[in-house]
Amino acid sequence: MSAATLYDKVWDLHRVADLPGGSTQLFIGLHLIHEVTSPQAFTALHDLGLPVRHPERTVATVDHIVPTTSQARPFADPLAEEMLATLEANCAAHGITLHGLGSGRQGIVHVIAPELGLTQPGMTVACGDSHTSTHGAFGAIAFGIGTSQVRDVLASQSLAMNKLRVRRIWVEGTLQPGVYAKDLVLHVIRSLGVKGGVGHAYEFAGPAIDALSMEERMTLCNMAIEGGARVGYCNPDATTFAYLRGRPHAPAGEAWERAVAWWSSLASGPDAVYDDEVRFDAAAIAPTVTWGITPGQGIGVDECVPTLEQTPAEERPLAEEAYRYMDLTPGTPIAGLPVDVCFIGSCTNGRLSDLRAAAAVARGRRVAAGIKAFVVPGSEQVAAAAEAEGLDAVFRAAGFEWREPGCSMCLAMNPDRLEGRQISASSSNRNFKGRQGSASGRTLLMSPAMVAAAAVRGQVADVRELLATAPADPAAAPLAAGRP
Amino acid sequence: MSAPPSPAAASHAPTPVLAPAPFPSGPVRRLQGRGVAVVGNDIDTDRIIPARFLKCVSFDGLAQGAFADDRLEQPGAHPFDRPEHQGATILVVNGNFGCGSSREHAPQALMRWGIRALIGESFAEIFFGNCLALGIPCLQAPAADLAALQAALTASPATILDLDIEALRLTISPAAGAGDPRSLALSLAEGPQRMLVSGQWDGTAQLLAHGAALDATAARLPYLSGFGA
Ligand code: SF4
Repeated sequence: MSAATLYDKVWDLHRVADLPGGSTQLFIGLHLIHEVTSPQAFTALHDLGLPVRHPERTVATVDHIVPTTSQARPFADPLAEEMLATLEANCAAHGITLHGLGSGRQGIVHVIAPELGLTQPGMTVACGDSHTSTHGAFGAIAFGIGTSQVRDVLASQSLAMNKLRVRRIWVEGTLQPGVYAKDLVLHVIRSLGVKGGVGHAYEFAGPAIDALSMEERMTLCNMAIEGGARVGYCNPDATTFAYLRGRPHAPAGEAWERAVAWWSSLASGPDAVYDDEVRFDAAAIAPTVTWGITPGQGIGVDECVPTLEQTPAEERPLAEEAYRYMDLTPGTPIAGLPVDVCFIGSCTNGRLSDLRAAAAVARGRRVAAGIKAFVVPGSEQVAAAAEAEGLDAVFRAAGFEWREPGCSMCLAMNPDRLEGRQISASSSNRNFKGRQGSASGRTLLMSPAMVAAAAVRGQVADVRELLATAPADPAAAPLAAGRP
Repeated sequence: MSAPPSPAAASHAPTPVLAPAPFPSGPVRRLQGRGVAVVGNDIDTDRIIPARFLKCVSFDGLAQGAFADDRLEQPGAHPFDRPEHQGATILVVNGNFGCGSSREHAPQALMRWGIRALIGESFAEIFFGNCLALGIPCLQAPAADLAALQAALTASPATILDLDIEALRLTISPAAGAGDPRSLALSLAEGPQRMLVSGQWDGTAQLLAHGAALDATAARLPYLSGFGA
């Protein structure tokens, strides 16, 4: 049983009571809501005649259903409009802050809470969204919940939870150029499986993790859930504090010093005990691409689609299903596989550093003929920062569309979607069948830089080759800003 | 069990063998009904209910969305479309069922189609919790037993399943003349079992009962008090 880890300390601090079913009532420090999983919770609350206990601890945004071309109201889709209007009405009725479209603070829930300084070390963070694990990057215990639990948090600011086992994922070494946090996490999931983390919190630690920026840590923790771990976290350190300092909701003045002292005390120390540990070497990881229909079906870009013989017996039925669905031949290289659509965005990889990494590949190059490529910033703040440094112009010059913030084609609850059998190179987090809006659409997950590489080559390509060579048309770069 | 039957579930019963089961309410101790098998490991919530069905502000009407894309892929042949499985209440699955997105729409869609309990090799955690919060037990059984049960249900859909959540036992009674009843041991963690059997699976009231402890916890959290000024 784990002891003295950050997870144990934060858990103990937030314990309210032991419940009859054997679970623990846990206080929730920050509750985030969006338009998809909250309306039914508000209805249930209303039916029970209950108020929101701590409206100041719930923060709302709108992300899943917003169109990324025009965000003018009312939306063309009446159902999307109804969902947003319902969220607006619920927030107004209960005194909950909503960071709506055009507020300058709207965006994907897992992008805006960190950038506003709402997410802080030592908090418990819950949201009706499985990628809530993202917030663990700050040393928070953050997890996705269902709609009944959203109702419970609204009503009581607490949840019935069972304690997880803590697995330390220790990563030595340094990620090589062209290899990003996305590749690291796809590699971890590939190695431990999509079920490997069930019942566990993943603590990401070691020299390679210490070297990651906050945005990279968010990418990593974001996908912990794809490895079955409902919680993933990194211990707070100087990088965490530097990121938080000066953010709108971060403590300021004298409180800042006290906060840093408290946050530092929460990190897992030398006395921490883990349920188990798995080790990785960052230097050995190649840019990683999924070829199948779960995030665990990933391979290095220099590898071939695994054959049945190379696949453990219990995974063979899924592999066969994936060959069929993806229309791939086992044993063929993944590099060179043609793609139709290239999507850069999502709560996994829609932050400024992601757009910079993709723009570095796109700069001075052109999207290959016949490819639809688009970039969706994760938030209004990300969009503004990217535009301020001219990334939008780089992308536009290269033939990418530059869109408004939202979840976009990560899941198709808005107009962005695959058509028919289209295959996408996508910086998002799920390659499940039908995830991107077409029941037969196919998704290859990869880093944003790899998506940009796929866009300019028209096929899966090793971004390291593009980074090592100058664009064919270096003169295109200075012209970029002038193009439409 | 006194909740009104769901109109959505009712519209899905062309073979009126059994009346649509009411939604769970109160203690969940025993369920009797026909079973339906959906075979495969790692069936994620995007498959249970594709994202386009999440565009709603109410769960009513989600029954049509259950396995919608899988059903499109095999028109009329999916177990949820087969006439002989209409009215089934116990869903028999395999490993890691309900992985992926946390959407409660997934158990809601299954419940509105008519499912009142699931039996599988393993369940994704959030999915399990979402089901529990609806009063829908997710029970576990060994892979080989499940494969045999799935085959039996597909071969003879009229098989009656009797699920005893207190005893953690499933009695399988084939239709007349098709063999003798068999029984299968199931597992379920003690906490959830107690919650279901006692009717305390709807936890909001329990959480609210600890108002003073909630306030005390909030009072000791540094980030709620300016970090101990
Ligand atoms: S970007 Fe994708 S994974 Fe993230 S919150 Fe939006 S839909 Fe969910």
